[in-house]
Amino acid sequence: MPPAVKPAVFAAAIAPFGWLLYAAFFGDLGTDPVETIAQVTGTSALVCLAATLSITPLRRLTGWNWLIRLRRMVGLFAFFYALLHALDFFVFDHSLSVASILEDVIEHPWVLFGFTALLLLVPLAVTSTNGWVRRLGGRRWQRLHRLIYLIAPLATAHYFLAVKRDVTWPTVFALIFGVLLMARLAYRVPSRAPGRRPLPSAEAES
Amino acid sequence: MLIRRPPEPPAREITDEQLFWNRRRFLGALGQGVGTLALAAATPGIAACATDEKLVQGDDKLTPWEDVTGYNNFYEFGTGKGDPKANAGSLRTRPWTVAVEGEVAKPATYAIDDLVRPFPAVERIYRHRCVEGWSMVVPWMGFPLGDLVRRLEPTSKAKFVEFTTLHDPVQMPGQRSGVLDWPYVEALRLDEAMHPLTLVVTGVYGRPLPNQNGAPLRIVIPWKYGFKGGKSIVRIRFTERQPATTWNVAAPDEYGFYANVNPEVDHPRWSQARERRVGELFRRKTLPFNGYAAEVASLYAGMDLRVHY
Repeated sequence: MPPAVKPAVFAAAIAPFGWLLYAAFFGDLGTDPVETIAQVTGTSALVCLAATLSITPLRRLTGWNWLIRLRRMVGLFAFFYALLHALDFFVFDHSLSVASILEDVIEHPWVLFGFTALLLLVPLAVTSTNGWVRRLGGRRWQRLHRLIYLIAPLATAHYFLAVKRDVTWPTVFALIFGVLLMARLAYRVPSRAPGRRPLPSAEAES
Repeated sequence: MLIRRPPEPPAREITDEQLFWNRRRFLGALGQGVGTLALAAATPGIAACATDEKLVQGDDKLTPWEDVTGYNNFYEFGTGKGDPKANAGSLRTRPWTVAVEGEVAKPATYAIDDLVRPFPAVERIYRHRCVEGWSMVVPWMGFPLGDLVRRLEPTSKAKFVEFTTLHDPVQMPGQRSGVLDWPYVEALRLDEAMHPLTLVVTGVYGRPLPNQNGAPLRIVIPWKYGFKGGKSIVRIRFTERQPATTWNVAAPDEYGFYANVNPEVDHPRWSQARERRVGELFRRKTLPFNGYAAEVASLYAGMDLRVHY
């Protein structure tokens, strides 16, 4: 991997959080700060999720196998922003009342989808360490981490239901995730043919 | 008149000093020179705002001018909250005419100044509750819609009043998108329109209404969700049948014709039980009819508000 890549990706991924801290400190979060935080963290989570899902197709396209070494970091950023997104909602919209949160989860599919996506991200974040890859074994680890194929559509559905009328951005993310998931089908089909050369991989890969 | 007057809070709790002086300055400017005659005509009734009429409750603090005029839902200028302020400069509010049509004694097209000049402006501080779950407290300037309706003499057949927003994608760039069916149409039952709380609004914070807030003329119905208040109105039509209204057509299960603020009846996708007052971080309880139940609940006596949401 070119030496500047990892720090650059880290800087890009943490930039939205840095901006939130800066804006919060200087009272620059806008008329509805809770909504601003929700939008910045929610969008960042989706972008990081898409970036995580784009590693494998990019690797196939370019042959740059070092891309895989960025995936854990970007995936953990997706979890980080999803968690902040949920905390913003739990703290300010529900004053941390468990009963109130659960009622919202049960009554509103918008909340249910987002909540489920977050819950499914937890085991992926926990098992993201080398130790867990070893403990689970590559195959089982990989199967577990295919949960991301469920998380991405859940998060997108959550976004669609959360906007009032203008679905431009939810549609953009639906298309991006659609392409990224279809890409997997595309290179999975020929893989059944004999003579397939597996990608060299130090880690398990989905 | 149904308006109760709670004890008047001290003025310093209502209007911050900056705005107070801005208003004085504006009024002062009105008195200067011949050129301002046109301005005075263009800002009907503003000079009469000395006769303030207020309707506030204990802990309602005015939402700052910057938020009232910078955080708006006015899809004609874009769907982002900051879009109306950024894009509404292209709207020309003079000359402006309003067509009065339908079940009315004398259908006619009025120049806006002829339409609003007869009515002395009052200031009304109203809570403003958006169907999205946020709220503000806004010092509107205007006059009761009922006064205008009476002057327009609807016929005995008139049961509803419909308000149509300007449709001009050149001036209103948001209308180039198909996010809603343009033009924006809203309507009220005639008795709702005649209610003394329902206002024709031409100003806010003692100034002429900014474009992004619906200049030159909008309706404010404080016990209904904000979208019921049509903005930049070019047509007022009296009808016998209930008119089709924009949000109701767009999503009938989500936005009813009545759209009365009701914490008991959720939006199908989200709760309406609580709201975030702009300037506060945590939510507060939403009040039935946005806190105006004593004044307006009788309009809906015997109606099932879960059916007529």
